[in-house]
Amino acid sequence: MATTDLRTGSLERHGLSDEQLRDMFRNMLLQRQLDNRGFQLNRQGKVPFALGSEGHEALQAGAAMAFNRGRDILAPYYRDLGLCLGIGLSPFEILLSIFARAEDHNGGRQFPNHYSSKAAGLMSFSSILAAHLPHAVGAAFAIAYRGETGRAVLATCGDGTTSEGEWHESMNFAAVHKLPFVMLVENNEWAISTPLAKQMAQPEIWKRAAGYGMPGRRFNGFDPIETYAAVKEAMDRARAGEGPTLVEGTCYRYLAHSTDDNDLTYRTREVVQERRKDDPVPAFEAVLLEHGIVTPEGVAAMRKDVLRETNEATDAAEALPYPEPTDLYKHVYEGAWEPWQS
Amino acid sequence: MAMEGLRPIAEIQFADFIYPSFNQIVGEAAKIRYRSNGEYTCPLVIRTPYGGGVRGALSHSVSIEALFYHVPGLKIVAPSFPDDVKGLLNAAIDDPDPVLFLEHKKTYRLIKGEVPDGHYTIPLGKANVRKAGTQLTVVSYGLYLHWALEAAQRLQEENVSVEVIDLRSIRPMDKTAILTSVQKTRKLLIVHEDNKFGGIGAEISAMVAEEALFSLDSPIRRLCGPDVPSMGYALPLEEEFMSSPAEMADAMRAMVKF
Ligand SMILES: Cc1ncc(C[n+]2csc(CCOP(=O)(O)OP(=O)(O)O)c2C)c(N)n1
Ligand SMILES: [Mg+2]
Repeated sequence: MATTDLRTGSLERHGLSDEQLRDMFRNMLLQRQLDNRGFQLNRQGKVPFALGSEGHEALQAGAAMAFNRGRDILAPYYRDLGLCLGIGLSPFEILLSIFARAEDHNGGRQFPNHYSSKAAGLMSFSSILAAHLPHAVGAAFAIAYRGETGRAVLATCGDGTTSEGEWHESMNFAAVHKLPFVMLVENNEWAISTPLAKQMAQPEIWKRAAGYGMPGRRFNGFDPIETYAAVKEAMDRARAGEGPTLVEGTCYRYLAHSTDDNDLTYRTREVVQERRKDDPVPAFEAVLLEHGIVTPEGVAAMRKDVLRETNEATDAAEALPYPEPTDLYKHVYEGAWEPWQS
Repeated sequence: MAMEGLRPIAEIQFADFIYPSFNQIVGEAAKIRYRSNGEYTCPLVIRTPYGGGVRGALSHSVSIEALFYHVPGLKIVAPSFPDDVKGLLNAAIDDPDPVLFLEHKKTYRLIKGEVPDGHYTIPLGKANVRKAGTQLTVVSYGLYLHWALEAAQRLQEENVSVEVIDLRSIRPMDKTAILTSVQKTRKLLIVHEDNKFGGIGAEISAMVAEEALFSLDSPIRRLCGPDVPSMGYALPLEEEFMSSPAEMADAMRAMVKF
């Protein structure tokens, strides 16, 4: 990890306290536990669908640390479990989404992982790739238009999504209007079965920033501290009214795209195993242990606590009811509504 | 590609994701022949899985046909049986104009059938009477066609005779098949999963009202999806949206009794 200076062995912590470092690590453990839970529930036949973000833990824990709760706005995509946890969603809210319960923010309407929480500043998004980015720059425009400072919009997407027209339109608009906007690309090298080489001829996404007239930079998304530093710098720039930034975090998708995908049809198990050697979760654990920020007993206790929290959230969410059939007709418009009026 | 003589077949998986390409399909492909006064054409096929009943939630369940059937210059087919899929896909590829080729995603695993060997085509714009009957005409396509056939079969056991027409093509649509059947049965029920308001059923109803009103001895009925943006992920929200063979059988019985 670039975080530790190999010569001196010192930890470049970019102002993060021990507690913040432990919080990031706990977030990473929780992501893995909740991901795992979704897949377990799917295999038990309790939920029809699950999608995990294994390999994105460090990137998301680090980026979430750069988000100011109660001020900033997050426009994420479906692989952002850790980011959403990191900005304040609880495991219970995640499980409500997995089980599609009535109490879920979306009322059980949306696919799991399509989180939304107005209270947390987490904008509702659909499954349509890049469709949330015009919303994100629109929100940034609203911040600028009202003359607010100290607030910014953090938007995320995958590498594949950068091929969409709306991605380009959003980047251009944000740059032209110098909006308080940060585009964080989580480059995991795959878009379901499409590898990066089939997605773009120039594989360094951050370099596109120059074409829009905004700064760009790439960081190691397996390193939560480096991620934090890169995203924080970009967010601070945006909050200060200095305009948008494109940041690209490199990571890897360890699991299949979702429970509906069999990745062995397009990549080998060996390739994934090889990349598992860089798994950011044990790597960050080793760094924290080495620098005495956590103890082995502390880590064991943390794991236990994360499992307990996940179990409790699972039981609590599972026990709750589905929405009522008649809920289907609510919230089409404001108030009751029929297309034919009398 | 199509404008330079290739015959591209695009796949949009799923139909819910077709919106970013709406401009290219509706604003461009459908108008290339017209705007160039016939000099340029766009023989393009766009395959796309549509429809719900697969726990696909908002963004993996929609029916998109009504958004496109208003558009001159486009053709739309929605085959429901494996043999029709092959024949209509071949015809769509041969066709000199852009064709939107709709495949109901629940039928992929649900419906099995023989597919003849070798090359053959089925003309676009021709419906198929999948079950002959005398007391009621039911027009449908997609997953609901299979459920309508199941319902009609049940009614057969009650000695109620329902004719079921598989529309197969949505644009162009087979007027002769519908009118011939309606003139025989004098009753028309249209069944589709897409929303009712402004849906395919509205066009069929209007056409039959214009051409055969005095052949009818009961009002036309439509059994369609509710007017909500999509079905939800939670099971009750999907079940509430979707019809069923039982509900279709009830609608058929009520019409025959009328
Ligand atoms: C407009 C649109 N087209 C296609 C899809 C189907 N789809 C869902 S996820 C996905 C891959 C996206 O890859 P990437 O942006 O790299 O994100 P990742 O899943 O790798 O995190 C695709 C093609 C979609 N959801 N929306
Ligand atoms: Mg990707």
